[in-house]
Amino acid sequence: MRPFTYERATSAEDALTRHDGETYYLGGGTNLVDLMRLGVETPARLVDVAHLPYDEIQLTPDGGLLIGAAMSNSALAADRTVREGHPMLAQAVLAGASGQIRNMATVGGNLLQRTRCSYFQDTAKPCNKRDPGTGCPAREGEHHNLAILGHSEACVATQPSDMAVALSALDASVHVLGRAGERTIPMDEFHRLPDNEPERDTVLEPGDLVTAVEVPPLGMPSRYRKVRERASFAFALVSIAAALDVREGAVRDVRLALGGVAHKPWRAWRAEEALRGRPATRESFLRAAEAELDAAEPLRDNAYKVPLARNLIVRTLTELAERAEAAEPGEGTTS
Amino acid sequence: MDSESTPVHADITLVVNGREHRLSVDTRASLLDVLREDLGLTGSKKGCDHGQCGACTILIGGRRANGCLALAVAHDGADIVTVEGLARDGRLSPVQEAFIEQDAFQCGYCTPGQLCSATGMLDEAGQGWPSTVTGDLGSEPVLDDDEIRERMSGNLCRCGAYVGIVAALREASRRKEAAEA
Amino acid sequence: MTERLESREKVTGTARYAFEYPVENVAYVAAVQASVGRGEITAVGTEAAMALPGVLAVLSCENAPRLSDPPDGELAVFQSRTVSYRGQFVAAVVGETLETAREAARLVHVEYAPEAPDVRLRTDHPSLYQPGKVNPVFPADTEQGEPEEVFNNSAVRVDVTYTTPAEHNNPMEPHATIALWDEHGYLTLYDSTQGASTVQSMVAQTFGLDPSHVRVVAPHVGGGFGSKGIPKPNVVLAAMAAGAAGRPVKFAVPRQQMYATTGYRTPTIQRLRLGADNDGRLNAILHDVVEQTSTVKEFAEQTATPTRVMYQAPHRRTSHRLVPLDVPTPSWMRAPGETPGMYALESVMDELAIATGIDPIELRIRNDTDREPESGLPFSSRNLVACLQEGAARFGWAGRDPATGVRWEGRKLIGTGVAASTYPAYMSPNRAIARAEPDGTFTVRIAAADIGTGARTALALIAAETLKADLGDVRVELGDSAFPRASVAGGSSGTAGWGTAVVRACEALRAKLNGAVAGGRGGSSHAGNGAIPPEGLEAAADTGAELKAREKYARHAFGAQFAEVEVDADTGEVRVRRMLGVFAAGRIINPATARSQFIGGMTMGVGMALLEESVMDEEFGDFLNRDLAQYHVPACADVRDIDAAWVEESDPHLNPMGSKGIGEIGIVGAAAAVGNAVHHATGIRVRHLPITPATLLPDL
Repeated sequence: MRPFTYERATSAEDALTRHDGETYYLGGGTNLVDLMRLGVETPARLVDVAHLPYDEIQLTPDGGLLIGAAMSNSALAADRTVREGHPMLAQAVLAGASGQIRNMATVGGNLLQRTRCSYFQDTAKPCNKRDPGTGCPAREGEHHNLAILGHSEACVATQPSDMAVALSALDASVHVLGRAGERTIPMDEFHRLPDNEPERDTVLEPGDLVTAVEVPPLGMPSRYRKVRERASFAFALVSIAAALDVREGAVRDVRLALGGVAHKPWRAWRAEEALRGRPATRESFLRAAEAELDAAEPLRDNAYKVPLARNLIVRTLTELAERAEAAEPGEGTTS
Repeated sequence: MDSESTPVHADITLVVNGREHRLSVDTRASLLDVLREDLGLTGSKKGCDHGQCGACTILIGGRRANGCLALAVAHDGADIVTVEGLARDGRLSPVQEAFIEQDAFQCGYCTPGQLCSATGMLDEAGQGWPSTVTGDLGSEPVLDDDEIRERMSGNLCRCGAYVGIVAALREASRRKEAAEA
Repeated sequence: MTERLESREKVTGTARYAFEYPVENVAYVAAVQASVGRGEITAVGTEAAMALPGVLAVLSCENAPRLSDPPDGELAVFQSRTVSYRGQFVAAVVGETLETAREAARLVHVEYAPEAPDVRLRTDHPSLYQPGKVNPVFPADTEQGEPEEVFNNSAVRVDVTYTTPAEHNNPMEPHATIALWDEHGYLTLYDSTQGASTVQSMVAQTFGLDPSHVRVVAPHVGGGFGSKGIPKPNVVLAAMAAGAAGRPVKFAVPRQQMYATTGYRTPTIQRLRLGADNDGRLNAILHDVVEQTSTVKEFAEQTATPTRVMYQAPHRRTSHRLVPLDVPTPSWMRAPGETPGMYALESVMDELAIATGIDPIELRIRNDTDREPESGLPFSSRNLVACLQEGAARFGWAGRDPATGVRWEGRKLIGTGVAASTYPAYMSPNRAIARAEPDGTFTVRIAAADIGTGARTALALIAAETLKADLGDVRVELGDSAFPRASVAGGSSGTAGWGTAVVRACEALRAKLNGAVAGGRGGSSHAGNGAIPPEGLEAAADTGAELKAREKYARHAFGAQFAEVEVDADTGEVRVRRMLGVFAAGRIINPATARSQFIGGMTMGVGMALLEESVMDEEFGDFLNRDLAQYHVPACADVRDIDAAWVEESDPHLNPMGSKGIGEIGIVGAAAAVGNAVHHATGIRVRHLPITPATLLPDL
């Protein structure tokens, strides 16, 4: 690990003023320290932002949540308001990493974790994300857990955060303090597709500090489901964040996002569009899933993710529909 | 030699198992390495150095954490408990006792991390924190075997002592509840 | 039921492992790995590394001292410019601190003349050859009768190929060493090893030292599973670095570096042919294995050897072929040979059961034998059938519907499977000393290893029984090459081999005590009678001659494994709901630790079945998933209900304790039981491990 200076920021503005070209903000360190030890990240300066006063959840006037970026993943998942109003978010956080890591990791850091692609993590191998222009050996090499959607010639990596997938489905937005002041970035625009700039995971500019994540109220049943080989403490093969509002057998509203399939949380806009107003049936769910996955371009060894994502969409929506049905016995039944 | 290759040191204070230590640490040093190499507290183990095995689990401010991922410099003033601090006045903690009774270890290398993790886990469960196997997030989770297994999955054991570990924590949890009742 | 004698040390963090000895003035080592898969080192740039403050030495092929006579190629550290596989150690740095050493290693710049590595195992590889023997000393090939012809004419034929991937041992404690040279040129190694005596002799040979000038200390070892059976390059590197720096050094192999430098289980390609009558009686068994070794050193896994032991059949053949590839050197991993071989054989037996319509337990009973099929030797004891029957009763096998893909619980498919286990009852010559102390206690010394097996406790129980003493009055000291020479903790031979030496030493001590004390009978009663001299009374034993004189028997442990799995029909996720192993392994010395050993092996078997695969990067030539986030060993959540039991077995032909080894048999057959259960659940026969959503989904 390259030597670095360590400073503790006293405020968000102070953090910004301390940020220069080779500075990284330090949150829980669970991914950054890992990458520094691998030599993937080589900051000259760490500015610790974990102690800034962004460690709680505030209710917004419209009944949504403003989640402080320095809050621990554990605290977020244990929060009563989140568990009751946005269970999918708590489930997503709890599906990630381990109890220890969730205690250390911050909300802001979770959003900014980097891909676990093996090539990215090995400094002795080419990787366009780590070392732009060197190539992507994963495309022809080992990619069984890499992207099937939205990848490019330059990069087939996946975004690893579970939490981000739920936030995408929840229409959350990221509050950022930058050199030009504060701004808010919709979650679906926060992470990028790789295109020919895979070194940029997000749209953040140098020095930008994530201060909070705002989550609007949800008001419908939701669920996060993660598929993995190991029963715990493993990244997703594919995951899904889903919410479904069924009235009188028809889909009134739906939110769907997939994890483990792309360089960003994959908001399933096409599937959502295909579902609104349609009967809440297995057939509709299947059609919607296929509409979304039409765009999939699986690689040699990850084609299994296409049926996996399809099944997961159908299964999760079916379960949510059954739950809605059970909750509204007077409303009649779907076919 | 350029200045950027020169190690940077910082003075910090750590309270470990109730004892205060003033140290000058390399900013790159992990809490785990400081405990093991500088303070001689070798109970906490290094299995992977990347937060992937849990052998380094310690309690920081009462919460379990991976010592290998914690930069010491970022934990100035922290209150830390390691496996060496779990027994009080020579008396083993209920979790330690249960581990022996249930043969919840073989080689023993993951054991300190398991014990610290279990200590923190029981506290988290006591406070009603849910896990990914908690069915209804709105309710208070009940620490059954599935919950114990999920919550302890951040601590790998290659000897395969999980059956004993779960039995030990089932028993430790029962005793803890009985003591609190 | 006796709890581990070192329990308290292990739960309080006071049990010391190799890296943890307080040593004055110690420096730290970090190693540099080859970044090409094959080639020659053309230059080693050390300037940037040496310029770091606190760097004491940089070692490589350009300046390393010449070693005397490394007993294997892996120990010839920095002796050549040739890179034999990607990840091989090519340089090392000694630094004042861990951080400095690691950063300096990052700055060492090695240049290569690279060549394309050849790393893919295949059955048509031009370099395929028949090894002279397979591990440890078995013939590569055997044949009896006319297996091909009889197979071709059999009423029922199963002809299938099973493959297993490379797998890594991944003990939780990395391979670690502290090396100290004293002013007389004596070397002390605190080492994480399964065999202090083995490290002593192999390191002595490497450096041209008299073995008595090398001392290896390892009272606690954080697992090994075979990978610490013989010294790996890290030990030599540490000793060399301590010499170069003129200071004691510590070196723990970082987890990522372990995947190339500390051994792994070879991938295998196994063609199996079973020919049987319609009633399931085997006429022909053919088991042909292709596997890999490195170009540094031959390691030939004995994958087909269990097939020589398991079932009757008049016509039979086994063969092993090796391909030397530009890959890290494979090595022992828990039950080498039996683990991959029995996975394939016991899966194919399940296929034969289905082909003949015979219950898989009944099929195995029909092909049971009281003589070892190939050697013709009688078994000293063989209770495979008892294990199958006892297991069937406990597991609830009776009435099992053989139909596949029909048991639904919600969206989950449920199935059960069975497989047999076997492991040889190996035994090696050993020495031990037993001492009567003036205070009435006893001390037993042997250079054995307790890598988590419970060896210390088992040997204390054995000594106490022989001495007719209280367990509390017996102290066992092991893990030190200064003690009488002992065999490696491998081949499940520890209790048998070490235990025999301990028994003989204790018997000799009792004889001495009886001579010294008229009417004395040893035990604590010998205290205070004045007959024990102040320096104690000591007796030694060497079991070499005893072992040579053993009767001719086929000695093996057997077992039966049962698994129930659920397969999510939408996601292909497989979870093992419950698993039961019933074993016949001679007399069980300590039920508490034996049960843990069996269950631990079965747990690793669950990993083998569903999770573990070291993925070779064919472009670059190294294992890609080289950490514990990418190489999945089972986590707590993967192990729901695993239980082990045993049938009483009294076998007078084994050793004074009547014991067989138990450390490895738990993994043998476990993956087959899970795979057979997956087939029963889904109707999908997966012939490659691990069984994952990616393999199941296309057929679900």
